Amino acid sequence: MRRLPFILPLVLFAVLAGYFALGLFRDPSILPSALIDRPAPDFILPGLAEKPGLAKADLAGGVALVNFFASWCAPCREEHPLLMRLASEGGVALYGIDYKDKPEDAIRLLAQLGDPYRRIGVDRGGRTFIDFGAYGVPETYVIDKEGRIRYRQVGPITQEDYERKLLPLLKQLGAS
Amino acid sequence: MKRLVVLLILLAVPALAVLPGERLADPALEARARVLGQELRCLVCQNQSIDDSNADLAHDLRVLVRERLVAGDSDAQVLAYLTSRYGDYVLLRPPIKPTTWLLWFGPPLLLVAGGLAILSAWRRRAAAAARPMPLSADEQARLARLLKEGG
Repeated sequence: MRRLPFILPLVLFAVLAGYFALGLFRDPSILPSALIDRPAPDFILPGLAEKPGLAKADLAGGVALVNFFASWCAPCREEHPLLMRLASEGGVALYGIDYKDKPEDAIRLLAQLGDPYRRIGVDRGGRTFIDFGAYGVPETYVIDKEGRIRYRQVGPITQEDYERKLLPLLKQLGAS
Repeated sequence: MKRLVVLLILLAVPALAVLPGERLADPALEARARVLGQELRCLVCQNQSIDDSNADLAHDLRVLVRERLVAGDSDAQVLAYLTSRYGDYVLLRPPIKPTTWLLWFGPPLLLVAGGLAILSAWRRRAAAAARPMPLSADEQARLARLLKEGG
């Protein structure tokens, strides 16, 4: 008991050092979403050119992926082939939100690389982006059948993310 | 001349990224927006406030804060509006709650624990110094000899 004053600071130090050691291996630029397990925000967005837009009501009825993208965003091109694969394999509805973009640029991008989205909403002012708590493009949200956000991917979806996180989650949520 | 330079240095205020076009006409509301802007983290350049950052998102958030203020929100409501979207992370000063207790109280606790450790060590040393030193074997022998001679 007389040793306690000496051991206590040591224990506290060890706990703090443990926290810092864990912190070393985490990417500080990837932030957890505050909206996990909460309903997706309401939004009604116009479409690209003459196409229909995207509203929250469109997501109802199934598991949905909402992908924020922009023609000026280089990492979006990185994940594009994977989005195309997701769309062609079916099972899950992939929706796009074009963030702070010129419609003609977005249309050109999709003409070049293909359009994986079931519907696209145009968020020129970036307000829907803020309502989702997004802070960069690309970001992808998984929304379950009840309209709740279940997962957020910050940055491009890599092959590993797709196989290890997205696919198991989509299976679990019942997207076949 | 020197005084003038010193005066100018003292007058200098940190340059903020708030653009003239974002400012509100109402100085009272603008002042509140400035205070809030210093409290809110820019999520793109994470250690800057939205007032200090010239990131696009910071601009949007500054405009949003002003919109909410004009709409009649209280300061707390504006902060709640943003934390409901971005979590506590958007606040540069984390709120005090069970998950942040370690953050807020850990360092003072360490300081107190260290202080207590030093205090108890110091006390023990003082107590040891006050106690008479036990005699060494040589001294014991010499004492026995002296006592015998005296008696």
